[in-house]
Amino acid sequence: MDVLGMDTLDIARWQFGITTVYHFLMVPLTIGLGILVAVMHTMWVRTDKPEWLRMTRFWGRIYLINFVLGVATGLVQEFQFGLAWSEYSRFVGDVFGSLLALEALLAFFLESTFLGLWIFGWGRIPKKVHLAALWAAVIGSIVSAYFIIAANSWMQHPVGVTVGEDGRPVHTDFLAVLTNNTALAAFSHAVVAALMVAGALLVGIGLWHLRKRKLAGRSPEDVDHAVWRRSVRLGGWVSLAAFALTALTGDWQGKLMYEQQPLKMSSAEALCETEAPASFSIFAFGKFGSNECDDVHSITVPYILSYLAHGDFSTAVPGVNELQEEYAAVYGETYPDDPSFGAKAGEPIDYAPVLAVTYWNFRLMIGMGGLSAAVAAYALWSTRRGRVPTSRIGVYGSLLAVGAPFVANASGWIFTEMGRQPFVVHPNPDVPVEDQVWFFTAQAVSPGISAAEVWTSLITLTVVYGVLAVVELWLIGRFVRAGVTSGDGHATPGFTPEPPDDEDDGAPRRDDDVLQFAY
Amino acid sequence: MDLQTLWFAAVAVLWTGFLLLEGFDFGVAALLPVLGRKPADRHVMLRSIGPLWDGNEVWLITAVGAVFAAFPGWYATWLPALYLPFVLVLFGLIIRAVAFEWRHSHHTEPWDATWTRIITAGSLIAALGIGAALGATTLGLPIDADGTRVGGAFAGLSWAALLGAVAVLGFSLVHGALFLALKVDGDVRLRARAFALRWSPVAALPLLAWAGITHLRYGTPITGALWLVAALAVVVAWTRIRLDREGSAFAAWAVLLVASAATIFGAAYPVVVPSTVDVAFDVTVADASVSDYTLMIMTWAAGIGLPVVLGYQTWTYWVFRKRLTAEPVQEEPAEVVPA
Ligand code: HDD
Ligand code: HEM
Ligand code: HEM
Repeated sequence: MDVLGMDTLDIARWQFGITTVYHFLMVPLTIGLGILVAVMHTMWVRTDKPEWLRMTRFWGRIYLINFVLGVATGLVQEFQFGLAWSEYSRFVGDVFGSLLALEALLAFFLESTFLGLWIFGWGRIPKKVHLAALWAAVIGSIVSAYFIIAANSWMQHPVGVTVGEDGRPVHTDFLAVLTNNTALAAFSHAVVAALMVAGALLVGIGLWHLRKRKLAGRSPEDVDHAVWRRSVRLGGWVSLAAFALTALTGDWQGKLMYEQQPLKMSSAEALCETEAPASFSIFAFGKFGSNECDDVHSITVPYILSYLAHGDFSTAVPGVNELQEEYAAVYGETYPDDPSFGAKAGEPIDYAPVLAVTYWNFRLMIGMGGLSAAVAAYALWSTRRGRVPTSRIGVYGSLLAVGAPFVANASGWIFTEMGRQPFVVHPNPDVPVEDQVWFFTAQAVSPGISAAEVWTSLITLTVVYGVLAVVELWLIGRFVRAGVTSGDGHATPGFTPEPPDDEDDGAPRRDDDVLQFAY
Repeated sequence: MDLQTLWFAAVAVLWTGFLLLEGFDFGVAALLPVLGRKPADRHVMLRSIGPLWDGNEVWLITAVGAVFAAFPGWYATWLPALYLPFVLVLFGLIIRAVAFEWRHSHHTEPWDATWTRIITAGSLIAALGIGAALGATTLGLPIDADGTRVGGAFAGLSWAALLGAVAVLGFSLVHGALFLALKVDGDVRLRARAFALRWSPVAALPLLAWAGITHLRYGTPITGALWLVAALAVVVAWTRIRLDREGSAFAAWAVLLVASAATIFGAAYPVVVPSTVDVAFDVTVADASVSDYTLMIMTWAAGIGLPVVLGYQTWTYWVFRKRLTAEPVQEEPAEVVPA
């Protein structure tokens, strides 16, 4: 079956891309907001100030709504490698599966068990133990990110293996896999990028509430005002710092990429011919539908690319055309004429990833991050010394900009993953060719399944994900509009910072309220 | 014992642990329309599993992860052979997970009723689908010499898969009822007990049949003895329910699962995916396994990690050990630790 000219491979790739990018909408919010809620909860335990408690409960509720969707979509990820990518799973089995299993064992149990304890533990376990439960869950998320990124980075830069008799990688050095420089760089980059997502959320929603309260003439003295103000300040500073750190860690990744996947780097820059010193492209336009590098024209700033790639202003950066030839000489002009390559068998290999995708996603990632940082700076400036901004553009713009770091995260991954094509496991250039392992995406797909099956799952999952997104956004929107008290059934005027006690009061309504926070 | 055997055993333990834990939350969810007559009943039923279901589900993720990590050849044969059934399981698990969360996020009758029904539906789909997958991987899938499925999308859904499906569902229903009898009070407790008493002999049959067939096909005297233990456990469970001894009934019912799973995996070893096309195509532990180096690393990690996980999961169960009631209570005893 050949609907829309796509074979099983193409459909499976769309499915993987859609489900993973979707999963990664929840992931950075879980990681980033988890850290910030844990900080808020810590502040409450240490200072006993009521605004910290309300912040914990309000932002904690959003954290939980989002977390569950992260779990639901993560489940799909765990099965996908076997379902649609069985040949990939067989090939990388000696290394890859163990990282996934360790993630489940060392991270997911921690996350889910302690989060359950945190949700249902209000007033039931000692205050400090309760706080520690949240931290345990948050650390679980971070550990999970580390293992899965180590797995992903091994596909970008396979270390710690030798080539077995059947050409498959044989695991020889687990420590090398865990300390893969690609993994360390990508992990730190992804964690700070996650903090940008959380920071932007705090800023956007906080400013909106501050403005609304001011226009409604509400007192700037009460606890709710303090909640929103602190949220904006915290979110703003976190965003700014995290943006600086994404730039630092991203620079580290760029330098590694220059050594490990030079074609990804030059494609991201639309750099056709080798240049010394190389210039950084700011804007490029090409012939629509062409993946020929020479059809691209770009506006450039001299020297900068040399610096990004190598740390000085003169080194040569190899161009796409030259690299293509080098790759073809080593890894073949055409795919082997073997049925395991499906429709691609015997076809010529294009070693350059889709230029427009890598080029624009790289810029989108940085641009959206920069936008988010600018919004954070605006928020900090406009709320300095107790001020509240009333500018409609400024506040609604900040609210809209909550989406920017989500887009940046998605483009970062699309860039990383599609830039690796046509390989699913990219060869590691640090070792001699005879010791390298590599695997083409074209041979990775499960051979026994039909296009109809993958269409069925792709459509099912996409529709379900679409519906989930609508309900989720509606729920979060409603919850956010209701404001801080909806996060806390106990936020009455005579509020005392007692630990709320879920189970032990008779009023069913209040029980429901607390449960609303809880579940 | 060599490492491959050890990891086969570890995978069996993880699947058993998963069924033992998630089994009761599947069961409670499936029984919502049966035992939960009033909204308050359903509320208390859901609260009994609220803090636990996500932790239980991680046993599934770990079991699948361990299959991939230790036996990629098993993972890469089993999953694509049952592609659509597994996608259906994922669908069930997704809607169930979000329903747990969203049910409480909005307060109207229809909203509540809808998500409660979705929890039930999702749990039924997942229990049946996982049962089918386990039935098929122990009794046979139509695979060729390369481990590739022969036949269409539903070729994997043989009688063996259907047997596994009803076996897991049957076990879970009574397991869930016994869990409720232990965990809640009031009407729901009584109804749950009555349900378990009435249905446990029937509900155990498919599981015993599955274990029995696996034993007859591949078994050893040891698996035969294990099967007898399983059968005996049903009798014990039933008599304990009659005597209103909920704790020991629950334990006996758990023994049914553990002994049946031990029979099934013990008999099937060393085959992980039997081929219904030709026994020569059976995928065995040796065909499917990773290198000893990788197994060694995972042995260390699991040897240290698993006891810690078991420790804190047990602790959570202990923290939430109190019985729940549908009727609002006035004051709790001193168990609530002052913060
Ligand atoms: C950078 C971090 C990161 C990345 C790249 C991925 N995930 Fe993820 N995943 C998480 C970070 C995370 C998390 C933060 O730990 C989540 C998100 C929300 C949550 O509940 O936990 C999670 C949840 C989650 C779950 C549910 C866990 C549970 O029930 O508690 C599974 C099974 C996976 N993921 C599996 C995967 C796989 C197989 C991926 C590879 C394609 C993947 N994730 C990419
Ligand atoms: C969560 C963040 C991630 C995102 C957003 C993401 C995104 C993508 C995208 C868009 C593709 C499709 C590329 C294409 O078709 O050209 C892809 C492919 C792939 N990614 Fe990722 N990825 C992520 C993480 C991972 C991780 C952590 C792994 C491994 C552990 C991984 C493994 C793969 C594999 C096996 C493919 C094969 C399909 C293909 O190359 O087309 N990805 N990913
Ligand atoms: C500010 C300058 C930034 C630079 C120089 C930079 C650089 C990079 C590079 C080179 C990669 C690709 C790594 C590879 O393919 O091996 C990457 C990936 C990525 N970027 Fe950025 N980045 C920046 C900002 C951001 C921002 C602001 C975000 C999100 C808020 C972000 C999110 C990501 C993500 C999620 C990935 C994919 C995962 C990973 O490899 O870590 N980046 N970045």
